[in-house]
Amino acid sequence: MNYFLSEEQQMIKEIAQKIADEKIKPVRAELDEKEEFPRDLLKVIAQSDLFGVCIPQEYGGFGGGSFENCLAVEELSRACLGVSTSFAASGLGAYPILLYGNEEQKKTYLPEIASGRKLAAFALTESTAGSDAGGIMTSAELKGNEYVLNGTKQWITNAGEADIYSVIAMTDRNKGARGASAFIVEKGDPGFNFGKKESKMGIRASATGELIFNQCRIPKDRIIAREGMGFIVAMKTFDQSRPGVGAQAVGLAQGALDEAVSFARTRIQFGKPIITFQAVQHMLADMATLTEAARALVYAAARFVDSGAKDFSKASAMAKVFASDAAMKVTTDAVQVLGGTGYMRDYPVEKMMRDAKILQIYEGTNQVQRNIIGQELNKEGGRKK
Amino acid sequence: MHIIVCIKQVPDTKQVRLDEKTHTLIREGVESIINPYDMYALEEGLRIKDRFGGKVTVCTMGPPQAESSLREAISYGADEAVLLSDRAFAGADTWATSYTLAKGIEKIGPFDLILCGKQAVDGDTAQVGPGIAERLAIPYVTWVRKIEEIGDGLIRVQRLMDDGYDRLETTLPALLTVVKEINEPRVPSLKGKMRAKSQKIGVYGTKELEADPERVGLQGSATQVIKVFPPPRLKEREWIEGTPVEQVGQLLGKLTKLKLII
Repeated sequence: MNYFLSEEQQMIKEIAQKIADEKIKPVRAELDEKEEFPRDLLKVIAQSDLFGVCIPQEYGGFGGGSFENCLAVEELSRACLGVSTSFAASGLGAYPILLYGNEEQKKTYLPEIASGRKLAAFALTESTAGSDAGGIMTSAELKGNEYVLNGTKQWITNAGEADIYSVIAMTDRNKGARGASAFIVEKGDPGFNFGKKESKMGIRASATGELIFNQCRIPKDRIIAREGMGFIVAMKTFDQSRPGVGAQAVGLAQGALDEAVSFARTRIQFGKPIITFQAVQHMLADMATLTEAARALVYAAARFVDSGAKDFSKASAMAKVFASDAAMKVTTDAVQVLGGTGYMRDYPVEKMMRDAKILQIYEGTNQVQRNIIGQELNKEGGRKK
Repeated sequence: MHIIVCIKQVPDTKQVRLDEKTHTLIREGVESIINPYDMYALEEGLRIKDRFGGKVTVCTMGPPQAESSLREAISYGADEAVLLSDRAFAGADTWATSYTLAKGIEKIGPFDLILCGKQAVDGDTAQVGPGIAERLAIPYVTWVRKIEEIGDGLIRVQRLMDDGYDRLETTLPALLTVVKEINEPRVPSLKGKMRAKSQKIGVYGTKELEADPERVGLQGSATQVIKVFPPPRLKEREWIEGTPVEQVGQLLGKLTKLKLII
């Protein structure tokens, strides 16, 4: 398919492709096996300027948008979702500052993130607050010139590895969701520590863990926007980043499809390559069609986001939910096409299948995505009358 | 530091096909790449620049389309690029090529280090690097697998040998040819690619280089290719099987019988 990429977009794709094929593929199995954080690979990605793809030029970035980010993420995900998650999570951590930060904050943090010198992370989830973000217990209290944070965040991507954390905490518990605020916390801030690193089913190269705030004091100018804006910051961040999760899904599905086709062309049964059997062909055909449909939707949503549209929650959610469901199906079927071989760790498809599952869970479960789509439909219906 | 990296555009080795009739390489429709060994030279040059500052200039001799390989080198981080191109340069052997490149380097100006790949994957001669050094009358070390130290006008390197490596020290300016063990090349950067699009590339011919027309291209070549052919297939083949000890015994017997060894 031709998606009419500009010359610059083509460049982004080529660079990410090269990193995926030459640098990530040779080490992905080992990173997965050892649950090793891909520090060297992130350095390679930094050197290639990809961390700055969607950060404005005035802050040291390339000045692209959601679509450019999707192109980079898709190609990296084709090789390893663990690596692409570590990469994309830094962008997720940057969005609150990019969307709502003041000039001073943008100047301080964005060039560091764009160059890849520093890694960012986003922290919302807690043991009592998953899909129900209102359950946040972490508190932030203004004391003189400082905010004092207390509480524990869990399942935070890049925990311990990132230098800059966008953290959502309650400044006024009585106000519920309107009592949440967003803060920038830096590694090394007094009272800020890391808890246990999780052992996961998939994306094992990425680091997931706890952030522990124990009388953590930060200067009061580290608040993003103003008190009470925390949920809006979080929701708008997700609206921006969800096409990126869709792009991860498209890349992963493409990677699995490529493996399945190449295996089916060389695996001989009954005297013929198995790709000559209709049963296999039809599976591959469905996998390819789903992947391409997901790509078209993700690209369309990302371009819609970049067009300056005001409300793109529905498009973002659709891209995330459709592409991640597609990736789960395509990777599962890829294992099926490879049969017993696919179930073995010597081949990459079992890892792809394990990795795929998280896409239906993180950055809002697919059930939450459907809620968003449904609520938007209701709103739109109400407006029509 | 001013580092000059000499590169060559070659057909992609993954796609090489031979013309059945002429036995020459089919170049049409075959993608061109930078000679893989030259990529290690470029990477080493960029690493030296990262450490000590300075600039990297890439230089190639070739037809006008070789410019694309220079632009690619810029996308990896090279600062400047020079293309030596002239109809008169066509058909050059390593003798004429090293003369032309040496003239090009003189034109580029003062340098501290020249880096080349150990050989090109199409010609496989490994002569051009040393040839340039001879013509510029500077020391050279081939098959460099590691640069240990640079400083005080000296460079200390490790030269890969069959049975280990040599440690050598020489004065700068010098020329090194490098092997693939020396590093792992980076990927191009987005900023590099953007710059590669618009950067001006100097193109020099015989006149600009003030080169002797008798010494460039086919005319200046000391060797002439009469025929290119694949080696004939040997009809008779014999397999020696068994344990290594048995195989050696059998082989010794056969060689002695043929009086190839006494």
